Amino acid sequence: MARMKFVCDSERCIECNSCVTACKNEHEVPWGVNRRRVVTLNDGVPGERSVSVACMHCSDAPCMAVCPVNCFYRTDEGVVLHDKDVCIGCGYCSYACPFGAPQFPAAGTFGVRGKMDKCTFCAGGPEANGSQAEFDKYGRNRLAEGKLPACAEMCSTKALLAGDGDVVADIFRNRVVKRGKGAEAWGWGTAYGSKQAGQPAGGKS
Amino acid sequence: MNKRIVWVVWPCLALLAACGERQQTISQDARADTAAFKGTGMPYAAPGWKQGDKGSWEQQLKVRTQMGQNDYNKVQ
Repeated sequence: MARMKFVCDSERCIECNSCVTACKNEHEVPWGVNRRRVVTLNDGVPGERSVSVACMHCSDAPCMAVCPVNCFYRTDEGVVLHDKDVCIGCGYCSYACPFGAPQFPAAGTFGVRGKMDKCTFCAGGPEANGSQAEFDKYGRNRLAEGKLPACAEMCSTKALLAGDGDVVADIFRNRVVKRGKGAEAWGWGTAYGSKQAGQPAGGKS
Repeated sequence: MNKRIVWVVWPCLALLAACGERQQTISQDARADTAAFKGTGMPYAAPGWKQGDKGSWEQQLKVRTQMGQNDYNKVQ
């Protein structure tokens, strides 16, 4: 059983934003909504690091835990998706998410917050696979086309890896062994590790 | 007389029926999704796997990850 995961290799990320552009283009994401973005730590300081961040499709997703209308669901492949017909746009998921993934379009009158939008791991939503309704609400369903997320496939330095967790972990481990440094997989522990965000250190879970 | 009653009553009933309120229920929980391995049923898919076959879909993604993202495969 495949378990889909993201990992960003900060040793390789050059902040080119091709992942952001690929995502925007593939799903025709509206202005003001950024499903993926590149964050640079210690910008301008020698040794700065850039990381591509989006929904990590956490193993124990906090957004799912706090949603008052249960609009989230997890697919058999471990992708965390949501039903926009159920979402009420309350924003709780936005506060709970450690990666700032949930986005809210503000195109309505007086900046009214619309239904939540986030990275779908290019897996669409509950509408029929590949349908126009699915594309309009969630973007393209590349997984159902036998493809991987556009952001990872378009990454110019292959810093962003997406796919079956075992395979991407193997690729990343191989890189670290060959270069002898840069084993920090940003967000991996928070998203997929046993120590989840918000849990007290050393406490019983 | 009876005909007149019919011509008056029926339109009134029809108008009243139009005032009926549609049932409004808050949809609870997300709907069930179709599994990705079932494909889109359209020809615009990556070649090399059979839509609806879970094994071939998983294999396709594994091969695509290795071929597309593991650049050591290209230089060795």
